[in-house]
Amino acid sequence: MDTVWIFLKAFVVGGLICDVGQLLIMNTKLTNARILVLFVVSGAVLTALGVYKPLVDFAGAGATVPLTGFGYSLAMGAIEAVNRYGLIGAFVGGITRTAAGITAAVVFGLINALAFKPHAKP
Amino acid sequence: MSRQPFTPDQYHELVSKLTPSSRMLRGYWRAFWVGGLICAVGQALTLWADTLHLGEVTSPMFTTSVLVFFGTTLTGLGVYDRIGQYAGAGSAIPVTGFANSVAAPAIEFQREGAIMGVGARLFTLAGPVLAYGIASSVLVGVAYWLIRGWVM
Amino acid sequence: MSRAGQQTFLYDRPPAVLAHTSVAGPKEGDGPLSEWFDTVLEDDLLSQKSWELAEMEMVRRCVLDALNRAQLPSDAVQAMLGGDLNNQIIASSFAARTLGMPFIGLYGACSTFVQALVIGAALISGGYLENAVCTASSHFCTAERQFRFPLELGTQRPPQASRTATACGCALLAAQGDAPLRVTAGTVGRIIDLNITDANHMGAAMAPAVFDCLSAHLSDTGRTAEDFDLIATGDLGWIGRDLLLELCAAAGVAMPPDKLIDCGASLFYQEQDTHAGGSGCGCVASVSCGWLMKRLERGELNRVLIVGSGAMFSPTSSQQAQSVPGIAYAACVERKD
Repeated sequence: MDTVWIFLKAFVVGGLICDVGQLLIMNTKLTNARILVLFVVSGAVLTALGVYKPLVDFAGAGATVPLTGFGYSLAMGAIEAVNRYGLIGAFVGGITRTAAGITAAVVFGLINALAFKPHAKP
Repeated sequence: MSRQPFTPDQYHELVSKLTPSSRMLRGYWRAFWVGGLICAVGQALTLWADTLHLGEVTSPMFTTSVLVFFGTTLTGLGVYDRIGQYAGAGSAIPVTGFANSVAAPAIEFQREGAIMGVGARLFTLAGPVLAYGIASSVLVGVAYWLIRGWVM
Repeated sequence: MSRAGQQTFLYDRPPAVLAHTSVAGPKEGDGPLSEWFDTVLEDDLLSQKSWELAEMEMVRRCVLDALNRAQLPSDAVQAMLGGDLNNQIIASSFAARTLGMPFIGLYGACSTFVQALVIGAALISGGYLENAVCTASSHFCTAERQFRFPLELGTQRPPQASRTATACGCALLAAQGDAPLRVTAGTVGRIIDLNITDANHMGAAMAPAVFDCLSAHLSDTGRTAEDFDLIATGDLGWIGRDLLLELCAAAGVAMPPDKLIDCGASLFYQEQDTHAGGSGCGCVASVSCGWLMKRLERGELNRVLIVGSGAMFSPTSSQQAQSVPGIAYAACVERKD
């Protein structure tokens, strides 16, 4: 029963965060790139304001998988590194905490470009 | 000499009257269930990572990397753009969408060569995300350092 | 009389259409006009190394098919007039490189084919050329990566967006010849901009330019819509066609809706999920050469006014938040008798 509840929370919260993005797609002229930037920056800002951490504790992957979660990791990384190294930590923590995701995207992106050919859209 | 019967403002009004709006409810539903499902898959990966005792910081890294792998591979197979047409933000907002935005231009521009094609274009869409994401993390860190110093 | 009003050419010696050919891509071949196209591609890469080379190959095949039908060797062609949507019109100029014809590269965005007809017919009627190949092409995959996003990116398209057609059309004009079709008049449109900034909404950006060119043609020639069997615009799409009807009604230009068709709105079934319809230079070119000219030849139509329209924006102007100016050209094609 506990597991079902964990999944349900992740599903609903993640779906709702995506619906905020869908609202921007359908009702504004913001391009995709702008929406992605907006999500990452909002995630970082909400984390700094202390709003996003409780959401992560509640919904788990529902809050960390959307791009606001990327912003959360960047901001949390910076805060923790400041605690550890002082001011220079602000320049260290963000990328350190998100290194796995960024590196995975770059490396798998490169492998994809070697392995696949462009497809026409149906 | 203008032959136009409408001023630009009158014409814009006519254009918005005749342009059908997106089908809102359908759009929200599709974004919701696809986005929710991707997050649920992420949750399953996190639970699996927990059984491997990866720890609080490393298990989200594991989840992200695996999701990114799915995102790029589905892009290469030509599937992710179809999911995107269906789900909109539901597949663009999760980290798999970020992976898609890295892999898509890299594949598309492979004919322009390995350096200025694949290498440079890899970041056409991810570049702004990383630039402003990293910059805001630095701002958050500096602000935290200032406030902490002031409070203590 | 070789000129009427401010904008219209009346051709003294109306050039004959010796041959007209069309090539359509796989998705276009699934549309309602499928059986009218001379060639429907099964593979939109045409066994080439890149989409750009594929588009070039499509142009080459389309032109050679027209020359074949007219039994004219390519070194007897005095000019090739054409263009496409690629930066620096590489599909047309690279095709011209292999065809070896004197080349006049044109750019009028989606109106390029009609622009070529208007200029080609003028050069022939004026005695500067004996014949000319008029062509235009577009390819979904080359246009998409240049103007919008990489193909593999999962984006959703708004309902007002159109789909660039993978298609090419070619008309071979000549001063001599007993072919049944003639190009009798052409109108050069003005750039009209009513400050539409949504580059996805090309129908809205171009409808005022089409209206301007259409009413110039009608008033210059003293004709009304009743003098034509069809007025074919290309490519306003479903929404743009409605906008044009509203503009005509508001300005008091009689335009019976059953006389007005749009090439982009005719190219796809609505179930094919192309939103506003087809667009791109190849759309009006292939629909004119495949559908309209064949129907004229069969005697189902006697006189058609083809109004090609183009959205004159570039990725740069779009990123700098400039509005989308429109252009249109009109060519009157009719049966000789």
